[in-house]
Amino acid sequence: MRRFSWFNATSLTIGFAFLYLPMVLLVIYSFNESRLVTVWAGFSTKWYGELLRDEAFLDAAWVTLKVGVFSSTLATLLGTMAAYVLVRAGRFHGRTLFSGMIYAPLVMPEVITGLSLLLLFIGIGLDRGVFTIVLAHTTFSMCYVSVVVSSRLTSFDRSLEEAALDLGCSPFEAFRLVTLPIIAPAVISGWLLAFTLSLDDLVIASFTTGPSATTLPIKIFSAVRLGVSPQINALSTILIGIVTVGVITASVITKRAAVAQARDEQAAARTE
Amino acid sequence: MAQTVFAPWTDTDQKPLIEFRNVTKSFGDFTAIDNLSLKIYEREFFALLGPSGCGKTTMMRMLAGFESVTSGSILLGGQDISDVPPNKRPVNMMFQSYALFPHLSVWDNIAFGLRRESRDKAFVEERVEEMLRLTRLSKFARRKPHQISGGQRQRVALARSLAKAPKLLLLDEPLGALDRKLREETQFELMDIQEKTGTTFVIVTHDQEEAMTVASRIAVMDEGRLVQVDTPDVIYEAPNSVYVADFIGDVNLIEGKARVRPDEPAPAPAPEAPAVDETPAPAPQPAEPATPVVTDARLPAPNARGEWLYQKVFARLLGHRESAPRQLPPPSPEELAAAHKAPPPPPPPAPVAPAEPAIKPGGIFIDWAEGQPPIIAANGDPDTDGKPVTLSIRPEKVTIDLDKPQRPNVLPGKVIDIAYLGNISTYHVELRSGLMIKAQMVNARRLSNRHITWEDEVWIGFTETAGVVLEE
Repeated sequence: MRRFSWFNATSLTIGFAFLYLPMVLLVIYSFNESRLVTVWAGFSTKWYGELLRDEAFLDAAWVTLKVGVFSSTLATLLGTMAAYVLVRAGRFHGRTLFSGMIYAPLVMPEVITGLSLLLLFIGIGLDRGVFTIVLAHTTFSMCYVSVVVSSRLTSFDRSLEEAALDLGCSPFEAFRLVTLPIIAPAVISGWLLAFTLSLDDLVIASFTTGPSATTLPIKIFSAVRLGVSPQINALSTILIGIVTVGVITASVITKRAAVAQARDEQAAARTE
Repeated sequence: MAQTVFAPWTDTDQKPLIEFRNVTKSFGDFTAIDNLSLKIYEREFFALLGPSGCGKTTMMRMLAGFESVTSGSILLGGQDISDVPPNKRPVNMMFQSYALFPHLSVWDNIAFGLRRESRDKAFVEERVEEMLRLTRLSKFARRKPHQISGGQRQRVALARSLAKAPKLLLLDEPLGALDRKLREETQFELMDIQEKTGTTFVIVTHDQEEAMTVASRIAVMDEGRLVQVDTPDVIYEAPNSVYVADFIGDVNLIEGKARVRPDEPAPAPAPEAPAVDETPAPAPQPAEPATPVVTDARLPAPNARGEWLYQKVFARLLGHRESAPRQLPPPSPEELAAAHKAPPPPPPPAPVAPAEPAIKPGGIFIDWAEGQPPIIAANGDPDTDGKPVTLSIRPEKVTIDLDKPQRPNVLPGKVIDIAYLGNISTYHVELRSGLMIKAQMVNARRLSNRHITWEDEVWIGFTETAGVVLEE
């Protein structure tokens, strides 16, 4: 077994370097003593401390969190409803058009989405702020949720719902007691996806935001235009940390559940 | 033995539990159920049998409330339930896929329906425990559906659908996912549970053996119509059409033309023989005036060719197919009488003509091939004179011998193939006309027949009442 031949080792190194070198650099420089980003002057965590004392950054973080939670919750609600209707309605005239229209925002340039939303908000005289960003994020992340949920619903055994009806559930009870618990993982991952999208959106947020609400990406972007500061590096490192922990936790949970299920099924087959 | 006593469908005073009244169901242009009427009685184990796409599943889904009725009505206990949603019907269903809720334990699955009725907790617990005992699942109550085997899942599904003590339980191909051995065990278990609970069961299946095993009555369906509704033995012994004969079990079909057979082989039993022969003919007339009148009015006019033309061409255009009006009534009482009272009639002619082996008089000859003696079918309807008919005869009623036997019908042929199944052997015999006939022998009794082998010239034989004459 020559698993680690020279060729394999080299291509692996180059590949990972390509993916992660920029982030590693960013993380390293966030611990830089010097104010100059590109000059290493010793290890320090002072920029993290400074970050926590910076009111503007904390405000932006708070706004981002609010926007993310509200918009992804709203998007999950609407996206799940859209997915449910589209999967359940069966065939009707214009079905392809309908589902196409739901998925269209996936490929729509963000600039156009942002611009059109801006025009709408100005048109109806809505003051721009947190509320408008929430609405804007909901519109574009909703289609991602509906894609995730509808792919789960297509493989959902319809007879489970019929069984619930047959056993005396009203249609709403059947959805609440049977359908929702079963598709819950897809709904949750839809919510996480929407939250992530909201977290890192810059373009649409900057179109629809007002002077009162600045999200983290906007803050970072405008700060970088004045020059990269170690504070930004520290902030980015924190974000990377959060995302990494989240992804690893999610995959470990999924993996454990799959292993447990496989073991149970084998055990069940043996007791036959 | 309970089945012979239990026959509410013969009692005209008995109120049906379920009644389909001229039910039609269409999906767009496609008619799944075509003007169908049917009565199912309390405590019955009723099987809907047919190939896929015959409408049996649609009928079950209409009973459960998952499909609406295009026209006509469905009555449950005398009440029209056509517009009642599934959650308001006293009907429960066991799904083909079992449809167990994967996120709930076995216990919670069974309790699911009971909790919807918001009854008190103690009652729910007691009822669930009872169901667990009935289906021998107490050990697995806390497991999730993916932690138990296929056979156990099947029993959970049954327990869940029985928990609410429905008036009617629907079973959609309940044993399709089980392997053969487990399926046979489960069939008996189902019958046992049905008897214990006294629930009316309606089962949908495409497996004719399963239907024959479990059901008190079987409805054979084809293209949205009921072809025959009867007890398993009648369906098997006296099918009313080539379709039913061919669908249920193995069968030989011999096509030919009917020719009325003289009532008596000997002149002596003249007063007796007509009496025997006359009884079946006038009997249906008062009971069922419509069909015989039509037949009688038409019978003398056209010759054989005209009749054939009518049958093949005009009958279809005019929508007056023979099989439609005579679906149920004419064959069943007659054939039943013929099948069940077969032994009594032969004795009377026997003493009169002791020299010959007693062949029941009357019926028809079937001319089935050029230069071959006609087949005697004493149970054939003389009214079919001149019409094309099909004789349907089960392989186990056909004997096979090396020497010409003394039987009412004997035909020479050659053994082409032998299928040895252990308990029985099936011989494929090619007759001189090229027709292939299957003959079945029980190996225990007929060890002597084992010497019959491929390419042997043999005689196949059957009695004058062994087959069923079918018009098409």
